[in-house]
Amino acid sequence: MSVNPDVLGRTYPSIAPYQVSREAVRAFAAAVHAQAPVHSDLDAARAAGHADLVAPPTFAIIVAQKAEAAVVADPEAGIDFSRVVHADQRFTHHRAIVAGDELTAATTVDAVRAVGTGGMVTFRTEIVDPEGQPVSTALSSLLVRGEDQ
Amino acid sequence: MNVEFESLEKGQEVATRTVELSRADLVRYAAASWDFNPIHWNEPFATSVGLPNVIAHGMLTMGAAMQVVVDWAGDPAAVTDVQTRFTKPVVVPNAFGAEVEPSTTLSISAKVGALDPEARTARIDLTVTAPDLSDPGVARDAAPALKVLVKAQALVVWR
Repeated sequence: MSVNPDVLGRTYPSIAPYQVSREAVRAFAAAVHAQAPVHSDLDAARAAGHADLVAPPTFAIIVAQKAEAAVVADPEAGIDFSRVVHADQRFTHHRAIVAGDELTAATTVDAVRAVGTGGMVTFRTEIVDPEGQPVSTALSSLLVRGEDQ
Repeated sequence: MNVEFESLEKGQEVATRTVELSRADLVRYAAASWDFNPIHWNEPFATSVGLPNVIAHGMLTMGAAMQVVVDWAGDPAAVTDVQTRFTKPVVVPNAFGAEVEPSTTLSISAKVGALDPEARTARIDLTVTAPDLSDPGVARDAAPALKVLVKAQALVVWR
């Protein structure tokens, strides 16, 4: 199988702190064709009770994928990124991400299983603030296609 | 919030949107998300790994779908849990005249899947389709619609 089951349960090191900028929130919101003004208009965000511009719910993928990269880059995991297909994604938000946040994240390999000649791997990434308070939990499943898939 | 919880009924369609996608949209999403996998912008690379063509980031499709729920509810902080399974790739063929032009369309529909009056939550179920453009000989208008996401759900909380 194309994912080494020995990495199951392993937690990889946290990423360097990611600073959420207003322009990153605006750029991501535009890229997913967002219309709600709280993603781009500071006055609208504050009028709605938010500290700053609010990130779209899938913005956390930026931080999650930075953390997951540690597993993909681990030669022991044996993941050939050119054969990876994104199978499944979930975010459970403990609070909304806003501009000005500083986030770190670490990925744990939650599941590994064979799928034909390939493998399915599930990453759980815990995204936290500088005090370690939970912000978001990301679950990502990747299918690594086997040679004949 | 733009919507009263009490006004919702199970099965009700609360929002629809069509999102036209071009190769430029994929480059824009790549830059915004830091996901520069070349299968999303380099056609020879995409076909060399067995894909029919350049395909959209699954997360672009998911993001565009979940945004329909956010824009309907009005408050991103109320959308506390989002999930999907990616079943079919969204093929984005090359198209340009005076500039890069949209070459495919996401059709998104959001319905109330379940209501929990005690927790004041609604599970919004999303249906997302795109034309099957994996065969370059098939025109966009003639291509059958494919369900590109399955179990696409957003949990919305009224506090």
